[in-house]
Amino acid sequence: MLKYIGRRTLQNVLVFVVFLTATFFLLQAQPGDISQQFLANPKITPEVREQFREQLGLTGSVWTQYVTYMKNFFTGNLGISFSEYPREVTSIIAERLPRTLALFLFATVLSFWLGFKSGKFLAWRRGGKGETVVTTIGVFFQTVFYPWFALMMIWAFAFGLGWFPIGKFLTVERWLNAPQGVEANGVFNRMLVTTLMVGLVLLAVEIIGRRSHDRKRGRQITWAGRILLVGALAIWWTTVWSEQVPFALDIGWHLLLPTITLSLIGFGATMLLTRASMLETLREDFILTARAKGVPDKIVRDKHAARNALLPVTTSLVLSLAFLIGGGVVTETVFSWPGMGATLLEAAIVEDIPLTIGAFAFIAVLALIAHLVIDIMYMYLDPRIRVQG
Amino acid sequence: MTDRLLDPDPASVPDIADIVAQPLWRVRVRLFWRGFRTGWSSFAENKVGLVGLTVIVLFGAMALIQPILLGTVWEPRVFDPVVGYEAVVVEKTIVPDNEITDPDTQVDLFSARLIDPLLQVGDTLGVTEQPASPSSRHLLGTDSLGRDVLSQLMFSTRAAFMLGIVAAMVAVFIATTVGAVSAFFGGLVDTLFMRLADLIILVPFLPILIVLTALIDFGLFHLAVLIGVLGGFGGTAIILKSQALSVSVKPFIDAARIAGGGRMHLIFRHIVPNVLPLSFLFMMFAVTDAISAEATLSFLGLLNIDMSWGIMIYQARVQGYLLDPQRWWLIVPAGLAVTMLAGSFFLVGRAMDEIINPRLRRR
Repeated sequence: MLKYIGRRTLQNVLVFVVFLTATFFLLQAQPGDISQQFLANPKITPEVREQFREQLGLTGSVWTQYVTYMKNFFTGNLGISFSEYPREVTSIIAERLPRTLALFLFATVLSFWLGFKSGKFLAWRRGGKGETVVTTIGVFFQTVFYPWFALMMIWAFAFGLGWFPIGKFLTVERWLNAPQGVEANGVFNRMLVTTLMVGLVLLAVEIIGRRSHDRKRGRQITWAGRILLVGALAIWWTTVWSEQVPFALDIGWHLLLPTITLSLIGFGATMLLTRASMLETLREDFILTARAKGVPDKIVRDKHAARNALLPVTTSLVLSLAFLIGGGVVTETVFSWPGMGATLLEAAIVEDIPLTIGAFAFIAVLALIAHLVIDIMYMYLDPRIRVQG
Repeated sequence: MTDRLLDPDPASVPDIADIVAQPLWRVRVRLFWRGFRTGWSSFAENKVGLVGLTVIVLFGAMALIQPILLGTVWEPRVFDPVVGYEAVVVEKTIVPDNEITDPDTQVDLFSARLIDPLLQVGDTLGVTEQPASPSSRHLLGTDSLGRDVLSQLMFSTRAAFMLGIVAAMVAVFIATTVGAVSAFFGGLVDTLFMRLADLIILVPFLPILIVLTALIDFGLFHLAVLIGVLGGFGGTAIILKSQALSVSVKPFIDAARIAGGGRMHLIFRHIVPNVLPLSFLFMMFAVTDAISAEATLSFLGLLNIDMSWGIMIYQARVQGYLLDPQRWWLIVPAGLAVTMLAGSFFLVGRAMDEIINPRLRRR
């Protein structure tokens, strides 16, 4: 298993280098460069523009630029952004990557979980009246014109009902009087770390609980773990990070609508797929056997059918990841959420080459890591692959 | 045809010599017609597919009617989707400054006197409005440049069909060829194409298109080809390859090989036709993807296109009408059109999936 993971990681690194190269040359192939942006400014003479190009390292041949870039990239120097001039690309990415990561993780988990649950029930109650309605909703979410859908969500829930803010990352007025030591990224990173910890601990508790042979005891362990976790986090946030709390709530309030919107998009696809996969599984002989020997319906559904139906859904998760990442770019633009996608778009429009490659590279890394995680998950789920690998 | 073959009356059974004497194209047409009819009858059982097809036909009619309307009922000067213009005049009552209660029917004295200094409170004044709300002349109103929204909507349908179909044909042509070739030859060719497909699947589609379209001025046709190429070498190629692989081990391929068929003959006359139904299915999904991708890129303002559904929303966005539900006609019709057309192709694809893949059919 370790060997397999190692091989996949190596492959991914190679793929990444190929991508970086392709992106670099594509960007080089474009007509003009950043200095063209100042053509209309009479104060910037051709000499100054030439000097500007030289400073930014745009004068050498493409190959020297490429070699320099790759060398710098892998030593952690992504250059300086043209459009936000003195800032380094790494610092911009460090600022914005967590925001994209949060949006992406929440949306993926939420849409997968909801989609799987509802798809399961839908297949189980086949032919019901609600089926057509729910299937239609699923198809709608899968094919809806996404930017427009996001806009409609803003119209309905932010503008009309006023439940959520209209876009942006935080309410500026509230942050004007923020005490020393409270800054947006710090608060946000704390939130992200908290959520990750919650996820990991919940997973661990669940696994430990399932391992226990006594079912009652296992359930007790699970609940104790959950209560302990909530208590510990509540104490930690109210004492150590107490002054951050209102600001964290503000960011969370802004995060809610984009996450829900993005999740709904992924939800449709997962639901339809789970339904199809579950229907095929339900036709298998072992389901008939289980029913014939009198296993309760709930257990047939959750343990015999759903677990086997999970495999194709996981495979398709690989494909829907790209969908969610693309959707993330649009979400960030529509909701003015200052993450990697919005950065990529802005940078690409003003021909800010270092920032474009940097942002694109990190979106690619995100995709590659997500794929690797899903592959490992798949291996864990499907014993046939586990034994082979 | 089947009726005649099953007919017990020996007189009506066609003479074998007659069948042989028939020209080959006629036999082919008849076979095609028969296949089409059986296909259609199983398609027609599926309500979802029929709904999708109806919507597609309606949109097709919209695309066809627009140029006819433009030549007859609609004056091109006013109703041209790109360069048409009409200032819709709305009669408004003049009220004292800062006392406007209903901006749709009232205008304040200060603004009115900018137009005619002799006006008094209580007079009516014809104010030109852009964007104008829907009226009997402009059924969906006009946009911020005084152009008819309905005409734009209908005109864009043509572009959407063109883009979707070109992209899907390119994608499916590439994917079928790549799938058949790599299934037939295997080895190095196979590895090369499949690694390439993995590569394309791995990286999200939209960011690539954003990077590409931001650099190069993309028109509609270029974009269609680009989407087709990316889609064709990507995931579809893998699925079609596995289908081609299962075809290429069938006995009739060996038979054709023994009969002396060359490689190209085997691939294009024997393997590809058996992969085509599945290819056609993926064509439907490719149309959906292409239409959504174009609309999204237009929405982000990255394409050099005169008019499309995405451009309509983009213009509403840059001119600041994005968060203005009162001017719904600038955004809602275009967004619904994209959703409905993309969705209907998807529905047709699903219906075809159920025909091709019998396991999905209803018990």
